[in-house]
Amino acid sequence: MRVVVQDAPFDFGQEADAFATGHTVSGAIVTFTGVVRDVAGGLKAMEIEHYPGMTEAALTEIAGQAVTRWSLEDALVIHRYGTLAPGEMIMMVATAARHRKDAFEAAEYLMDYLKSRAPFWKREVTADGAEWVAARAVDEDALNRW
Amino acid sequence: MDVLYFAWVRERIGLPREVVETQAATVMDLVEDLRKREERYAAAFADVTALRVALDQQLADFDAPLDGVREVAFFPPMTGG
Repeated sequence: MRVVVQDAPFDFGQEADAFATGHTVSGAIVTFTGVVRDVAGGLKAMEIEHYPGMTEAALTEIAGQAVTRWSLEDALVIHRYGTLAPGEMIMMVATAARHRKDAFEAAEYLMDYLKSRAPFWKREVTADGAEWVAARAVDEDALNRW
Repeated sequence: MDVLYFAWVRERIGLPREVVETQAATVMDLVEDLRKREERYAAAFADVTALRVALDQQLADFDAPLDGVREVAFFPPMTGG
């Protein structure tokens, strides 16, 4: 299991390839990548603030829960902070399990918990100024299914 | 204890962290103390249902006791992923 919090970009292909290689008992590898999207048009940048120390602890806790619950052979979480441009990759998760259902479910669980329980805060910068992204009730509700 | 602020809470109060001397027994008691300080604190803590709190980097409730806690952080609901 590996948890990485960094401001630098990551190489998705290299990370996915390294993760998918060498897992002998896992028949299924799932990866998910989140990208900065320009919803309304005019997004200049996405600024991501985080809580150093707690971020790593929270991500490790969440990934550990996923590994235990779905008996994963391995899990990877990479999450960036700082200033990102539209189209840049914000984060990725990868899961390795014996069967694909577990790998998919564990990846969804990781994403649901990352959204609402990892101490990151997004701010969208446009020509009109900067605004904090509000948490959505639907993201909080998504935790109830687990 | 160290008190940390993130995102718009940090902006509204105007600083990322400070050392607070307090006798507050719970998080809510600490919030009441801070609200009384200045208008910017009162504004930031106007509606605690819009806030989250972590004690020593673990999410907690506003009625949680502060015994032995060294670091309290206030922030809006998280928007990771």
